Amino acid sequence: MKNTEVGDGAEAIAAVDPEVWELRLYVAGQTPKSVTAFTNLKKICEEHLAGRYRIEVIDLLEHPQLAAGDQIVAIPTLVRKLPEPLRKIVGDLRNTERALVGLNLRPAS
Amino acid sequence: MQEAKRTTRTNGNAAARSLPKAPTGIGGLDEITGGGLPRGRASLVCGSAGCGKTLLAMEFLVRGALQHGEPGVFVAFEESAEELAQNVRSLGFDLDRLVEQKKLLVDHVRVERSEIEETGDYDLDGLFIRLGHAIDTIGAKRVVLDTIEALFSGLQNAAILRAELRRLFRWLKDKGVTAVITAERGEGSLTRQGLEEYVSDCVILLDHRVIDQVSTRRLRIVKYRGTTHGTNEYPFLIDEDGISVLPITSVGLLHTASSERIPSGIAGLDAMLGGEGYYRGSTILVTGTAGSGKSSTAAHFALAACQRGERCLYMAFEESPSQIMRNMRSLGLDLEPCVKKGLLRFHATRPTVYGLETHLARIHKLVREFEPKVLVFDPANSLGFRSTRADASAMLTRLIDFLKMHGITAMLTTMTSSESILESSDADISSLVDTWLLLRDIELSGERNRALYVLKSRGMAHSNQLREFRLTDHGIELSDVYLGAEGVLTGSARLAQEAREKASAVRRQQDIEGKQRELERKREALEARITALRKEFEAEAEEARRVIGEEETREEVTRQDRERMEASRRAGAGRNSGERPARPRKVQEVRR
Repeated sequence: MKNTEVGDGAEAIAAVDPEVWELRLYVAGQTPKSVTAFTNLKKICEEHLAGRYRIEVIDLLEHPQLAAGDQIVAIPTLVRKLPEPLRKIVGDLRNTERALVGLNLRPAS
Repeated sequence: MQEAKRTTRTNGNAAARSLPKAPTGIGGLDEITGGGLPRGRASLVCGSAGCGKTLLAMEFLVRGALQHGEPGVFVAFEESAEELAQNVRSLGFDLDRLVEQKKLLVDHVRVERSEIEETGDYDLDGLFIRLGHAIDTIGAKRVVLDTIEALFSGLQNAAILRAELRRLFRWLKDKGVTAVITAERGEGSLTRQGLEEYVSDCVILLDHRVIDQVSTRRLRIVKYRGTTHGTNEYPFLIDEDGISVLPITSVGLLHTASSERIPSGIAGLDAMLGGEGYYRGSTILVTGTAGSGKSSTAAHFALAACQRGERCLYMAFEESPSQIMRNMRSLGLDLEPCVKKGLLRFHATRPTVYGLETHLARIHKLVREFEPKVLVFDPANSLGFRSTRADASAMLTRLIDFLKMHGITAMLTTMTSSESILESSDADISSLVDTWLLLRDIELSGERNRALYVLKSRGMAHSNQLREFRLTDHGIELSDVYLGAEGVLTGSARLAQEAREKASAVRRQQDIEGKQRELERKREALEARITALRKEFEAEAEEARRVIGEEETREEVTRQDRERMEASRRAGAGRNSGERPARPRKVQEVRR
């Protein structure tokens, strides 16, 4: 399971950040936690980054050698590759507020 | 000590009876654990910062890969692979080479809290997968997690971490790898995060203490399930060959005593020691005040060993090797060829450089490397003799036991203060040593001389005599001392006594000769007198004979006269008148 989805409506927030957000979600098989994480991520992206994000889902069970590159320890882990700097959000993204803070889409309160 | 004895006894068949073990290859550690760490299980190595946890773990992997054909995975939570490689290069470990040969895999797991936001539920499958991948890649049999507690500072949810660590250790066990997990020492507990709860098969505690500004590293096996092990604290070293633990209690009084004798290098001393010298494998103590010749005695012993072709390790704590060699040359002892031939090895350090344990560990290591037959400690004061520390003599006991186990003859010199030769602590030492030589000063008539006697020597008829001990340009010489009314005489007093005795002998000789001459004279006088007397006697006898002759002549004349008268009377019978006048004349003659 390595699929890339590019959202539409990228021009909406282009003024703030013109580039395409590159997000990578690390999972280990189709576990409930992974599925929840993906669903939550998709929802957040559609709400805040519609049209200018790319999600890459990496299943470490299939590509274990990729874990070292992004220093993955916990599963699921969302890595914001772009924009810089690199950010990591660990967990199933159930807490949307914290996820937004983690992605730097909302300043920490 | 009892515990240790038990360990020693079970060493031989421990592998067969108790749980399987993975040898660490670390000098001494396998001895005290009875063969290594529990195979297929996790061991916890804990200790405060800088006590050598990472090195121990890395050596476990490197030795495993090199000596036991077991590849290993090192998961580093604190250092990068490059940093690790650099850090252990000084110990002679070439990580890059091992990585190239697929014998070692280093995975640096970096968990940066500032980069990480946590939202919701997660697990550590990422770590599991990485580890599993690493293990499968090189077929690892050994795994090190150094220091897994770093996860607690990177991730916030301690509840999840604890559950996941428990799962991790079970998973490692299922994988069948022998794991070493390191952890920081916590306040009042072995580890900061209480990891000892999860890793319960074997826990090793490392310690780095500074006593009197001297640091000492110690290792203790807190627990080792299912096996006997030494429970004491063992000093250990980290040097250019990695870690070596001094397995001091893994020896006991089980050594076999040799009846072979080895000469002391001093002929006079051998004579004192039943004519043959020391026993092989015995411990000889030489005590004496400053400058009493301890080092020289030791040098004789070392040289004798080298001349027999035996290796000798000379531990010098006061002088440099070249200084010792120079000084001994003045006694006619040339140690340099022995050094060149590799038979004699000096190891010179100041006693204050390390703590006692470190010294012992170093000696232990040297003995194992060099395998000497003879060992000299000069002086051994720094090794715990006369130390105020109670554990020092216990430590020394273990060292001596170790030397005896290996049949090494050890000579220890110690310096005593001049006022008292025997001190209370000597009582402890006495039980350790087999032969005790005492060098003492004798001060008499304004000079100081050396004397030697054998205080004790187990198992041989040794001399009870005091000998004068002289350092000459051809080595040490022992000579008899004079025992007179004034006591023991040495040095010039002895020479004076010798001179006096010679003088009186001469005098006695002269007396005898004089007496003989007088006797001769008397005999001559006597004989002269005898001759004189004989001459007198002869003169008298001559006179007597002359008188007798005259008398006889007169008698003859008288008789002839009478015969003539009678004849005349018979011829003139009528002439009576002629007869009468003759008679009165004869009467007259007789009366006169």
